[in-house]
Amino acid sequence: MKKYLSVLLVLVLMTAALAGCSNAPSQPAASGDDAEEIKIGINYELSGGVATYGQANLEGIELAVEQINAAGGINGKKITLVTYDNKSDHAEATTLANRMMTQDGVLAAIGPATSGAFKATIPVAEKNQIPVVSGSATADDVTVDAQGLKEYAFRICFSDSYQGTAMADFALNTLNAKKAVIIMDSSSDYGKGLAKNFKEQFEKNGGTVVAEEAYVAKDTEFNAILTKVKGAEFDVIFIPGYYEEAGLIIKQARAQGIDAPVLGADGFDSPVLLELAGAEALNDVYFSNHYSSLDQDPLVLKFIEDFKAKYDKEPDAFNALGYDAMNFVADAVARAEKLDGTSIKDALASTENFAGVTGSFSIDENHNPVKSIVVIGLKNGVQDTISRTGE
Amino acid sequence: MGQFLQQIFNSISIGSIYALIALGYTMVYGIIRLINFAHASVYMLGAYIGYFAMTYFGLGFVPSILLAMLICMIVGVLIEKIAYKPLRNAARIAVLITAIGVSMFIEYGMMFLVKANVRSYPPMSGFLAKSFSVGAMTITAQQILILAVTIILMVVLQIVVKTTRTGKAMRAVSQDREAAELMGIDVNSTISFTFAIGSALAGAAGVLVGVYYNSINPLMGMLPGLKAFVAAVFGGIGLIPGAVLGGYFIGAVEVFVAGYGNSMYRDAVVFAILILVLILKPAGLLGKSGREKV
Repeated sequence: MKKYLSVLLVLVLMTAALAGCSNAPSQPAASGDDAEEIKIGINYELSGGVATYGQANLEGIELAVEQINAAGGINGKKITLVTYDNKSDHAEATTLANRMMTQDGVLAAIGPATSGAFKATIPVAEKNQIPVVSGSATADDVTVDAQGLKEYAFRICFSDSYQGTAMADFALNTLNAKKAVIIMDSSSDYGKGLAKNFKEQFEKNGGTVVAEEAYVAKDTEFNAILTKVKGAEFDVIFIPGYYEEAGLIIKQARAQGIDAPVLGADGFDSPVLLELAGAEALNDVYFSNHYSSLDQDPLVLKFIEDFKAKYDKEPDAFNALGYDAMNFVADAVARAEKLDGTSIKDALASTENFAGVTGSFSIDENHNPVKSIVVIGLKNGVQDTISRTGE
Repeated sequence: MGQFLQQIFNSISIGSIYALIALGYTMVYGIIRLINFAHASVYMLGAYIGYFAMTYFGLGFVPSILLAMLICMIVGVLIEKIAYKPLRNAARIAVLITAIGVSMFIEYGMMFLVKANVRSYPPMSGFLAKSFSVGAMTITAQQILILAVTIILMVVLQIVVKTTRTGKAMRAVSQDREAAELMGIDVNSTISFTFAIGSALAGAAGVLVGVYYNSINPLMGMLPGLKAFVAAVFGGIGLIPGAVLGGYFIGAVEVFVAGYGNSMYRDAVVFAILILVLILKPAGLLGKSGREKV
């Protein structure tokens, strides 16, 4: 009797195990018009090297989803997020994109935050015909490269080269600068792209770049470069690079008595800049960004208020970009003819005058937003002035 | 001319740091013929100890640097006791690999403990926040501090090595370990003492860098460590004056390549010099060539 019981038990267990195996593939996640919810894939750097970017984006996204669902969802359907952590790893980002598109049945995916990881997910998106949107992939060749337009890739932030151009305009028009010095991070595409575009625009409009110096990431000693630069005559210093080194350059420059205005791009946007450079050094420092919490636009004010209520802190640019990315996708889903990847892609591509907290924009033929840029001025290390330029 | 003097001063500041680290490399090499790659990690530890002393315990500069030197001293001795002593009679390559392993262990262990992000020292106040204009030069109090601390430490080191019994023992062991042992010198404690002094100097360099550059991270030791090693080889590894000379020389090369040449080639030039020195004068600038002591 006992024997029969154990055989029976084994059989039951086996059936259960086999059923478990077969369940997942035989029931492809519901999608399309008959789905009860709208699944959006989230593929962000929630751990690893650039975790702060991914986490901040996700906070903005979750706030947006909460608001959309509280208002009744999109045409009566609620948004559910399928959230994955790509560990700041490009290969992992590709794997996850594949998984969410083929197994979880997402209608669109948001993320990753950095250009490299985002680019790694684009081939998967093209293959599965599911659009991917990044809030913060700023490299120039994200949506268009030598092979042409990436049909299923979109972004809602301006590109690196656009920032370089905008800062050159700012230097010429707002600061009336004629001579500039560039101290560039030569170890990143970001730094090189910014420097190139700044120089082109600045020289095209009558300015001269009197000196170009370079450093590599993780350098700490800039006194030699700065002493050399100090001997030249110039009106502004442009530092295309990230806050880790920019903070030190500004500190050492001010200590040497160089008090010319310092310009930079969104790589400056971190509280660490203040820690490294010190409040006294951060005067007459200007950098371009996607968003500023000083913005008096009613939409921005409401976003800041809601964000503070949910997270009890001031939103930063990545929070704002995540928030806009989610709303941008939701807006397209609402306008799409059918609930499938291709229709949503068409709706995303035809977005006009989308009102976001990082500025209102339309999507151009290259799937980039046409939007204005914010230039933030620092005084004693805190954001003091903002101006919007370009369109 | 003002610019030239300013660059000289810049090179003295950075050269002092390299010299302090190079001293540790050279002393350890002199005594046990080991390139102690873990030395650069001790320098990083010093920077972090100074950071925690200043931010969490609110200590001033002098107590912080003394604390960092003390803890680094202990860590240095422990590294020697745990990782190198059991291998004292093993092949040299085994000890070298162990040294690299210890270095990685400390750096990535530290990354696990304090996270990879950059930390900054608290802003200095009082004298240390000042800067002075001398003619066309601007000299900050922190640069003066680096120079002063380096000179003090080197003078103390010189006195210890030249006049004390332990110093005499160190010199004896570095000349001929077996003979020294036969003469009744306690080789083990002499080696520990050497590690203690070298590590304390590295700890001091770490705090000075933290104060001066205001930016520390768990991998901060890698490049300066390599350059200090180059400095030690350049001056003649195993020779204390050689390490100091090499440190200031490398500092000057870096600053003048960046200041008058192209900042892109700075590190390339430093390592090209290492290769040249090894080809032309394998024993280093002050080293006596041709005699390999075994």
